[in-house]
Parts: sequence; structure tokens; C-alpha cells
Amino acid sequence: MQNSSPLTDERHDKLTSSRFPISRKNAGRALIAIVSLAALLVLVVQILHTAGTITAGFSDWRPILYAYLLWAIAFGIGQALVREERGLRALFLLPAVLFTVAVVIFPTAFGIYIASLDWNLSSYEGPHFNGWNNLIGLFQDSYYWNALGNMVFYTVSVLAEYAIAFALALLLNTEIRARKLFRVVFLLPLMLSPVAVSWMIGKSLMEYRFGPAATLARYLGWDNPAFFSSPWTARLSIETMDAWVSIPFIMILLLAGLKAMPKDLLEAARVDGATGWQSFRHVTFPLMLPVSITVLVIRIIFKLKLADIVINVTAGGPGGATDTVSSFIYRVYRDRSNVGYGTGLAMFYLVLIIVFLTALLRVSRRWTQRVA
Amino acid sequence: MTSLASESRSEPASSRAKQVLSRALIYGALLFWAFVCLFPIYWTVTTSFKSAIDVTQGHLIPWLDFQPDWKGWRSLGLSPDTIFETSTARAEFLSRFVNSIITSVGASALGLVLGTLAAYGFSRFQYKFAWMRNDDILFFFMSQLILPPVVLALPFLVLYKALSLLDTRIGLILLYTLTVLPIVIWIMRDQFNSIPIELDEAAYMDGLSIWGTFMRIILPLATPGMVAAFILSLVLCWNEYFFAALLTSTDAKTLPVMVASQTGSQGINWWSMAALSTAAIAPLVLVGIFLERYIVSGLTAGAGK
Repeated sequence: MQNSSPLTDERHDKLTSSRFPISRKNAGRALIAIVSLAALLVLVVQILHTAGTITAGFSDWRPILYAYLLWAIAFGIGQALVREERGLRALFLLPAVLFTVAVVIFPTAFGIYIASLDWNLSSYEGPHFNGWNNLIGLFQDSYYWNALGNMVFYTVSVLAEYAIAFALALLLNTEIRARKLFRVVFLLPLMLSPVAVSWMIGKSLMEYRFGPAATLARYLGWDNPAFFSSPWTARLSIETMDAWVSIPFIMILLLAGLKAMPKDLLEAARVDGATGWQSFRHVTFPLMLPVSITVLVIRIIFKLKLADIVINVTAGGPGGATDTVSSFIYRVYRDRSNVGYGTGLAMFYLVLIIVFLTALLRVSRRWTQRVA
Repeated sequence: MTSLASESRSEPASSRAKQVLSRALIYGALLFWAFVCLFPIYWTVTTSFKSAIDVTQGHLIPWLDFQPDWKGWRSLGLSPDTIFETSTARAEFLSRFVNSIITSVGASALGLVLGTLAAYGFSRFQYKFAWMRNDDILFFFMSQLILPPVVLALPFLVLYKALSLLDTRIGLILLYTLTVLPIVIWIMRDQFNSIPIELDEAAYMDGLSIWGTFMRIILPLATPGMVAAFILSLVLCWNEYFFAALLTSTDAKTLPVMVASQTGSQGINWWSMAALSTAAIAPLVLVGIFLERYIVSGLTAGAGK
């Protein structure tokens, strides 16, 4: 069950059963039990201390973190001792699992709890339970729905990014001079921090009075090149910046896919007299479909998190036209200190994302099967 | 282009012309996109050497249009004439810079270790935990990728306060590790899958243990993937803004937060902003220039499937 080759497994079992005597198993079990008890004890003491029942305890919860770390290490050693070969195999996965559980499960559960609170940091009262009120309030918040609408636009624009990136990948895959140089240059925007980009492009290149982009736009006949004053141009400008940063990522994955493509099929198409477009349409594109879908899904996932450029360039304006859900919630936290409501919005968004991505994956899987 | 040639074999002259035209189009497109990629960087770098009047008049070419000057760099305390003097601006910049390096390298390294181990496990063994099989556990990891930062931000704020991890580098490292872990697992699993399992079996035959096989035989072969995963993680962590803005205040502030706080203030000097942006992007631009081939070769292993 553990390994694909029965032969090696057999050999291993013989070897390991002699290497791991019974006493070791017991030692391992004892180790896990003792350390678990100790960690639990520390936790209980700290909970009681915070609740005010006992005076003994720590000033903050940091020791709990150390206790968890120690417990995780001891648990790993115990696994190796008790379950022998299988324990050693489990050791590959355990660190990542324990880490992720510690940093995700607890905060997410906690987040759901916060989402049900009426908690404003700037108000005097402190948190108190609010039930479903945050959720109800959310449905009447037109700014939130406006931000969700913008997310639809940003997500659909991924297709345009994909088209450009595919064209670039194809260009880089033809016989050209200085290919490596072009590849490096095309990759550079990916390396830049969106915050720096929002200054470099959003605030300086697209500056209304003397930014080069504005100058160019005037030269091309746009009298009033204000990139961030009307809703649609602002949205497009933000999308342009985000595309500029992220097209290289799509491109590089598509390029890797193109390189791994079997050459003989294209060769055959050429022998049959297919034009460039025909061989792309009937050979390259279908073969690249799995890679394309992976890239698109990953890109959409990242797009759904888009925040930093919007926060730094327009802060959601004009009138919320460029707001993403993340940047909107950021402002709810930062400006209104409305912690409970903000977390409620975030949780609702998470549910929407999960539903959307599940549907997307299912549709794309069916589609790939039909084409292939 | 080659297909064009075979199509019009009867008229060599026009096919020649077509070929030249298609070459010209290809190089035209390449040069155009290279310009799109490079111009903002060029503009930022040159602006850090401009004085106010050169900025407002849109001067572009140094020495021809305007006389470059260390203006922007002087305001950061990094120009040749100020580098040996004490400067609070430089001290602040350097502390942010060091914070950025420590958090991004630390998180990428931790993510790489955890992710590589897990990826090897996924690619070689079958796990069963309660009802979860390999695919379910893998999906559990991948699903971390879709968690938007806003969902985690506030719980982490409260949690870190309790753990007194707020405004510490360790706190950021833990959080960044979480965000890069799925990507590392994704890249490394494809990398390990491309290494034949017969190698493992041969190593077992020679008497190596599971971990010995992994460390001595398989890991060295997986270096390209590891480099690619590390660089991608580095890019993500170095550029991360959202968590850093919410979870740090004085001690552990990273470069993006510093850049953003400067952009917000009105009437900021263009040249110092440009110098700051240049300094913030420079390390990764260098990484991109010198390590680009590792990214491509490391990702190729995965994208083939």
C-alpha cells in the first residue's frame, strides 16, 4: 500500500521489524503521551490564568507557541518510533501539516467568531455578539456589491492578459535572435513590487500634468488624459498596471508548456501544409489546454486577492469605481476600525470565492475532457 | 513563417517578401513589448537623478536633456557625498531593507523546507489519514492558496497580539511561509514526479534508508525546481504589502510599507520617491536578470504535464 513496488516493501519490512524492537514502540508511545499531557497542561494553566481563576501563568500566550512546537517535534519522533517505516514516511508530510493546521485552522475559526461580533475598535464598548447582523448589513452595503461587481471585471480581464501572454510566449518560442535577452526583459515586471509599481506607473508615469504617458496621450489626440478621474478609464488603468506586473507570470508558464510540447506533431502539421494559424488552432492550442487552464486558475486566484495597487493608487476611487473587495475591506479596517463587520465581509467573500472556483474547476475539467 | 514558404513555392519572390515582412513583424512586436517592460523602470531610475524642473518638463535622456544629479539619492543618504555622513533617512531605509531581506529569505527558506518534504511525500508514498487520501491532503494544502489575505488579516492581528508576535519579523515569516507553501508544494511535486521512482528503488537496494535516499539521491536532482520555487517565493514575500501594512508598525516594517507610506503623503519629492522605488525594486531586478534561466528550467518540469 505504501510503495509502488512490492519487492522493496517486503525487503524493508523484514529489515525494519528487526531494527525497531517492541521497547522502542513503547518508548515512542510514552513520549507522545507525556509531551501531549505537558502541552495540554500548559494550555489549561494559561486558559485558567487568562480567565482569572488562578494566578500562576504567563503574561502572554507566547509559551503556548513554544509548547506546540515542542509537542510537534516530539510527536514526529514518536511517530517514527511507533510506526516504524510508515512513521518515517509520515515525517515528510507532518511538518507541513502541523504548520498549516496551526496557522490556518485556528485563525479561520477565530475569524468566523469575529465575523459574528459587533466590534468597532474606535468605539468605547468593545466587542459584543451581533448574530447575523453583519451578514444582513452586508446585503444592504452597496459599496460592497459595487466592489464585487468590479471583481467580475478584473477577473474577466484575466482572459485578455492570457491572450497577450500567449502571444508573447509564442513569439519567444520562434527562432529569434537574442532570445535570452528578450526573455529576461519580458520577465522583469514580475519581479517588481506592486507598491513600487503603483508609484512608478500610477503616480508618476500616468501623472496628469507631466507624466510621459499623459504626454503621449495628449500627443495622440486625447485632450484630457486623466487616467483616474472617470470610472471606466480608472478601472482600465488599474487593470493595465496589474496586467503589466502579472503577464510575465502567465507567459513564463505558457512558455514552459510550449517547450515541453512534442515537436513531431507540429512537424506533421507543417508537412500537411497547414498555415501558421491553422497549426496553432488545431495543434498548439489544444495541446496547451491543460497548461492554459492551470495558469488561468492560478492567475484568477491571485487576481481575486488584488489589493495593493488599488489601495496605493486610487484608494478605491473615483466613487468606488476601482475598488476590489480586498481594498474595500482594508479601508473598513483602517479608516472605520470596524473589525467585526470587515471580517464578516471577508468571510462572505471567501465563501463566494470557494463556490466560484469549485464551479470553475468543474466546468474546465469537463471542457478539457470534451476537447481532448 | 516556414509554412508560408512551403505554401507559395511557385512564387519565390513574393514568398521571400512575405518572410521578410513576418520577420519584421515579429521583431517589431518583440521590441515594442521590450519597450513596454523597460520604460517604467528606465523612467523611475532616471527620475531619481532629476531636479524638479526636469521632471515637470518631461525630460527623458540624461546628459542630452538634463544634467543628472544625485538628488534623489542624497535625500536617502545614499549618494557619494552623503554616504559617509550619518543620515536618519538612510538609517530608516536600511532597517526596512534588512527587515525585507530577513522576512522574505526566512519565509522562502522555511516554506521551501516544509514544502519540499511534503512534495516528496506526495510524489512517492500513499498516505491515509482518517478519510483523507493523498489527493485530499494535497487539496487541503492547495486550498490555502485561495484564502484571500483579508480573511486572515484580522484574526492574525488579534492572535499575534496575544502571542506578542505583532510587529516582529518572526510573525511575518510565519505568515509568509503559509502563503508560499502551496506554491512550493505545487512546483516541487511536479519536479519529483519527473524523477523516475526506479532511482529510489535502486537506492533502497543499496541499503539506503528512506531519508538517506531522499537526501543523497533525489534532492540533488531536484535542485532546479527548488531554485525556481525559492525565487518565486522570494518575489512574493519581498513584494507583499497587505499583511505587512496591517501587522507591523515600527520595528518590523518592510520596504513596500515604507514606499507606500511615502506615496500617501502629498508634496513628496519626485526624485526621492524615485530613488526609494529604485532601491526597493533593485534586488529583485538583479535576481531576475541573473537567475531567470533557473525559473524557466525549474518550471518546465512541471508545466509539461
